[in-house]
Amino acid sequence: MATQMKIMVEDNKQVSTETTETTEKSIVVEMINLKKSFGEKKVLVDISLKIYKGENLVILGKSGTGKSVLIKCIVGLLEWDEGDLVLFGQAVSNLKRNELSELRKKIGFLFQSGALYDSMTVRENLEFPLRRQKVKIVNDEINLRVEEALANVGLSDAIDQMTSELSGGMRKRLGLARTLILKPEIMLYDEPTTGLDPITSREISELIIQVQKNYDTTSIIITHDIECAKLTGNRIIVLKDGVCYAEGSFEEMQNSTDKWVRSFFEY
Amino acid sequence: MNKFFLEVTSIASFTLRFFKEVFKPPYEFNELAKQAFMIGYKSFGLVAITGFIIGLVLTIQSRPTLAKFGAESLLAAMVAVSIVREIGPVITALIFAGKVGSGIGAELASMKVTEQIDAMQVSWTNPFKYLVVTRVVAATLMLPMLVLFSDAVGLLGAFVGVNLKGDVSSTLFFSYIFNSLEFKDLMPAVIKTFFFGFAIGLIGCYKGYYSDKGTEGVGKAANSAVVFASLTVFIIDMIAVQITSLLDY
Repeated sequence: MATQMKIMVEDNKQVSTETTETTEKSIVVEMINLKKSFGEKKVLVDISLKIYKGENLVILGKSGTGKSVLIKCIVGLLEWDEGDLVLFGQAVSNLKRNELSELRKKIGFLFQSGALYDSMTVRENLEFPLRRQKVKIVNDEINLRVEEALANVGLSDAIDQMTSELSGGMRKRLGLARTLILKPEIMLYDEPTTGLDPITSREISELIIQVQKNYDTTSIIITHDIECAKLTGNRIIVLKDGVCYAEGSFEEMQNSTDKWVRSFFEY
Repeated sequence: MNKFFLEVTSIASFTLRFFKEVFKPPYEFNELAKQAFMIGYKSFGLVAITGFIIGLVLTIQSRPTLAKFGAESLLAAMVAVSIVREIGPVITALIFAGKVGSGIGAELASMKVTEQIDAMQVSWTNPFKYLVVTRVVAATLMLPMLVLFSDAVGLLGAFVGVNLKGDVSSTLFFSYIFNSLEFKDLMPAVIKTFFFGFAIGLIGCYKGYYSDKGTEGVGKAANSAVVFASLTVFIIDMIAVQITSLLDY
């Protein structure tokens, strides 16, 4: 905890001094005037954003506003045109390829579709990222981590099934387990509840909160699901036309004076 | 026309990337072995059936023509040279393009649509090396083996074809065939199959890796992989024949 002095100034005279206690938070991701276009279409017009350690940031916005593009830039699946990205205090533009690659190992990504490998069983899907690490781990350790990851998402019984045999909710859980097995510091969720029934959506949202608590991760959650945003988000950002249009807590957004922002929450 | 040149440039850069990645460690030996098994071993049945039928049909259809010229005794030699030099490699390559080329195209396109390739990238894996390099190398190495196998089964089919209207012992038939075949019949044929395999693997991977338009793109990738790979097989064959003629092979 750190003590912060908030000084209120009026006509160059100090009229009051307010002392507040705020939680000291380090910035893990910072976007500085990030811009990205696909041909003529400008998707990210000018995004400046800070994400603090341990928070669950929800990004809302209509389809095509660049939400997924934003997190794909963070994880390195897309390159931006202008601006810069700072990960764990290091500007990505100043990093060498291998340094950046090392840094990105701290980031997990849950794909919208789960992106499970069809040709592999549940166990093999989980083993894959572990076996791809530079640091080799023994088979017993791999088995232990696979079983632990599956138990965390309630899928222990499905270990030897093919992924095609799993339901939508189970696929999302498995995708989450596969990401968590590498113990990332930042989790990026791309529409984690899309295509799921309300009960399973709620289960996934609760799982996201549980992951944040258990693993002390920082999460960025892209969603259209207001219920998921309400449950998971500490802070909400609304994207519109490629810029951060509004920012605040769920309640602040819901009671926003801006009609467009408010309409987003009228569900 | 513009689109054609863009496509050619894109394939050239894809090929260049393949050669850059293939020699660079880490090497994906496990995946290569798996792909060699999937591409090669699992194609043996199909190649055997087509090879046998080709040998049989070619023998049955050639016999009357040769009989007209009183050259029936040359039947086995003619069929053997045809199978080993041309028909075996080309037909097997076309079958391979249909089965393996389309399979690779569809598989990679489907992986792209379902974000599996992206998932690999965020799992510290170079998807080009893991998916493309292994498949292209496996196709390059396995097609020559399949062609040799197809040639052998084709000659067996020819033996059956000869015996449908005659009585030739297997010892006589095969010793006659091996006497009539020369090293220069086999070598160019085998060498060109490496190029066939490489082209089929590379085109299948290219079409799959760069597919778009969602699930529609999967079908398109599979289809265009077969068409383009088959056409390339004929073009390579034409070039190979020119080269062997020039070298007097």
